[in-house]
Amino acid sequence: MSASAPWRRVAWVVIALLLLAAPFLIEILFGRTWVRITDVALLFIMLALGLNIVVGFAGLLDLGYIAFFAVGAYCYALLASPQLGMHWPFLVLLPLGAMVAAVFGILLGAPTLRLRGDYLAIVTLGFGEIIRVLLNNLNRPVNITNGPQGITLIDPLQIGGFSLAQTHSFAGLTFTALHNYYFVFLACAVLSIIISRRLEDSRIGRAWVAIREDELAAASMGINTRNMKLLAFAMGATFGGVAGGLFASFQGFISPESFHLIDSIMVLCMVVLGGMGNVAGVVLGAVLLTVLPEALRYIGPLQQRWFGEVFIDPSDLRMLLFGLALVLMMLFRPSGIWPARRRKAEENHAAG
Amino acid sequence: MPPADILLTATGIIKNFGGLTALNGVSISVRRGEIFGLIGPNGAGKTTLFNVLTGIYAADAGELVFDGRPVDGSKPHLVAQHGIARTFQNIRLFGGMTALENVMVGRHVRTHTGVLGAVLRTRGAAIEERAITQRARELLDYCGLAARAGSLARDLPYGDQRRLEIARALATDPRLLALDEPAAGMNATETATLRKLLERILGDGITLLLIEHDMKLVMGLSHRVAVLDYGEKIAEGEPAAVQRDAKVITAYLGGALV
Ligand SMILES: Nc1ncnc2c1ncn2[C@@H]1O[C@H](COP(=O)(O)OP(=O)(O)OP(=O)(O)O)[C@@H](O)[C@H]1O
Ligand SMILES: [Mg+2]
Repeated sequence: MSASAPWRRVAWVVIALLLLAAPFLIEILFGRTWVRITDVALLFIMLALGLNIVVGFAGLLDLGYIAFFAVGAYCYALLASPQLGMHWPFLVLLPLGAMVAAVFGILLGAPTLRLRGDYLAIVTLGFGEIIRVLLNNLNRPVNITNGPQGITLIDPLQIGGFSLAQTHSFAGLTFTALHNYYFVFLACAVLSIIISRRLEDSRIGRAWVAIREDELAAASMGINTRNMKLLAFAMGATFGGVAGGLFASFQGFISPESFHLIDSIMVLCMVVLGGMGNVAGVVLGAVLLTVLPEALRYIGPLQQRWFGEVFIDPSDLRMLLFGLALVLMMLFRPSGIWPARRRKAEENHAAG
Repeated sequence: MPPADILLTATGIIKNFGGLTALNGVSISVRRGEIFGLIGPNGAGKTTLFNVLTGIYAADAGELVFDGRPVDGSKPHLVAQHGIARTFQNIRLFGGMTALENVMVGRHVRTHTGVLGAVLRTRGAAIEERAITQRARELLDYCGLAARAGSLARDLPYGDQRRLEIARALATDPRLLALDEPAAGMNATETATLRKLLERILGDGITLLLIEHDMKLVMGLSHRVAVLDYGEKIAEGEPAAVQRDAKVITAYLGGALV
């Protein structure tokens, strides 16, 4: 431990420097599109970590998680756009979005407390869809959400007079909007990681895992399972709400189309594929599942170049490879690429 | 005997499962500082009585008073908070957690750190976390499991799992520890170790309610014994007297009663 400590510190410094340089390096190496993809990956890290609290720690299978992302996004969009003519500062809106999402987490969680497994999954799936349908239809008789057209001209993040949407120069570097957002999202993602890790190693985190392992035994040991489950829903929703607000300001436009069941499933795949319950694994899952589908887009042009024509539509191939990857994972690494310590031991146990 | 000596009274407990009456007006009272044995043939209703007592089932009728306060049913976490801890006949550990973590979970009900404390790692939270770990290690040691702290609960041998359940239950600081067949599946050596452990727990001032099929163990340890048969209490008293009881002998006809 003492011998490896200095090396560990060096490793952390290198990682930190790489993360700080990342948007510039990525822009030079791969182009602007990939800086945008990196920004989105950071948002998905937040989302996946939030869902990991619900599914990974507490063991509550939630298939409607994207609803909290939607709530956060709409909360921000409504209060910082011409839609309702309000332009609140984001330092108010982000905490507000987090709180509203947490309330939704509790409201949607409360009726599901007695359900588990498949039943819980179905009901949460329904709730997720209800939120989307509501957003789609809250344009009549009074136009609140602007329905399927969505909300446009959402204010970018602005700190004092510093707008993240504008290009700034600093120390010889040019910071475009994509760079600016990268650093804000990076800070939020790192914060999410720290919060997740600290919760995991606490009395609260242990109570969640105990509920996941055996709810009745957990209750008999004095854990108020109802409150702890609601807390898991609320915490998970908070992460989603903050990520949603950031997403709305980043995109400048949102519509209910961004919050489909398939998006809930994507986030769930990030959690499961990366390693349910393991924070590092979940981060890895979020990055892989954001980056790989984008990378697969290049398969179209590649086919064109190599064979002179496109045999397989890239988007078909993406889904095909994605499905294949999931099946292979289930077969060979059911606990994810980077499983939680506990689950890893579980797997070895089953094998030996 | 002054009522202050009574820790737990159950009066007229009735519990039906559909058409089956698992408990038909059972009353027991457990004194402070004793080992109270609960025996009876398979399906007599012993575990059901435990489940009613610990809030897992709500009784259809009857009342429970623990330490002078009524215990209302179907809130297991409140029962634990009041000071009743239990183990399970079919072991229910948190299999994917380590032995140490299992016991740490038991401290939950006596500790207070919330989300903010945990996330901000406040001084109070850090101190409490250290205390939880230390107490959990002490309890593992107390139950002879110190060497198993880092093993996953589900990887432990059977006897260790049973003792880990006891350690976890003790972590809730109970005044009454209810044990559902703690010796089941144990060999003679393990049973002897268990017996010493139970005597030590009693010596530390915790009252024990013990369901056990190992007659030598339960008759040797218990100060008083109640016998259930088909959901009714057919006898109660000191072990020697109960063993001679004609009804008990009939209930156990050909059974293990020595
Ligand atoms: N949840 C339940 N639903 C329906 N019947 C039940 C339930 N729990 C127990 N029973 C029935 O109630 C009766 C008493 O069961 P209980 O488990 O209390 O017996 P026991 O005395 O603990 O027996 P054993 O010594 O075999 O553990 C049995 O007939 C059992 O089948
Ligand atoms: Mg039983």
